Amino acid sequence: MSVNTIEKPPLAQLAEQPAEKKAEQAEKLVIFAWSGELDKIWPTLILATTGAAMGKETTVFFTFWGLFPLVKNQVRITGENWMQKMLSTMNRGGDQHLKLSKMNFAGAGPAMMSHLAKEHHVASPHELMEAAKEMGVHLIPCQMTMDLLGLKREDLIDGLEEPAGATTALAEAQGAITLFI
Amino acid sequence: MSITIAVTLDLKGLSCPMPIIKTAKAMKTLAPGELLEAYATDPGSVPDFQAWAKTTGNPLVESTQLGGVFHFILKKKEM
Repeated sequence: MSVNTIEKPPLAQLAEQPAEKKAEQAEKLVIFAWSGELDKIWPTLILATTGAAMGKETTVFFTFWGLFPLVKNQVRITGENWMQKMLSTMNRGGDQHLKLSKMNFAGAGPAMMSHLAKEHHVASPHELMEAAKEMGVHLIPCQMTMDLLGLKREDLIDGLEEPAGATTALAEAQGAITLFI
Repeated sequence: MSITIAVTLDLKGLSCPMPIIKTAKAMKTLAPGELLEAYATDPGSVPDFQAWAKTTGNPLVESTQLGGVFHFILKKKEM
């Protein structure tokens, strides 16, 4: 077959395809917040609030390390046994005690990051969490991880939904944009 | 014909995602067909306002720039 006889792809049709896909966009956004670090919880909350602003039914399912940012800032030691207590000693919860996944420098990194954020008028995770609650974002803590890590409902901030399991999270994720952060 | 703006938002100095968050909140208070204008300085808000308008179906009537300030006019969609 010579080059001249190759049929050209129907460009007009190809160009139309993405437009059709956009029409059936997902109405829901579900984020699995697995990491507890500042540089992970920050984009999680930025995306969650933006999703809600775009009219999407938005859910954040907090699990494992992702639960610690939900601990009240004034709560220090959590857990019932020495292992859970040690965990909270080494990994303090609360949105004012978040670490960076790199360049943490014993807390100097997050302090510098917060300073930069203020300078550039970037909303803090705390402000974004409040905005998320106000906008009706479903904030669901994972019940199993709470039990495992020794976190009680009263250790966590107000405005969350009832703790739930993986089934609730996956049921919510059906037909949604899903992110694992 | 004069244009009446129902709500004016000053979003100058704010960074992503706050301009959109505040705009989305304010748009909820508008009746269909009413206009909202917003002033922002975040250059990212130019594509973001476009994307927001496209996904929510509220038309972006105007997107202009004067100096370092971006000016947007959104129209609340008909129900």
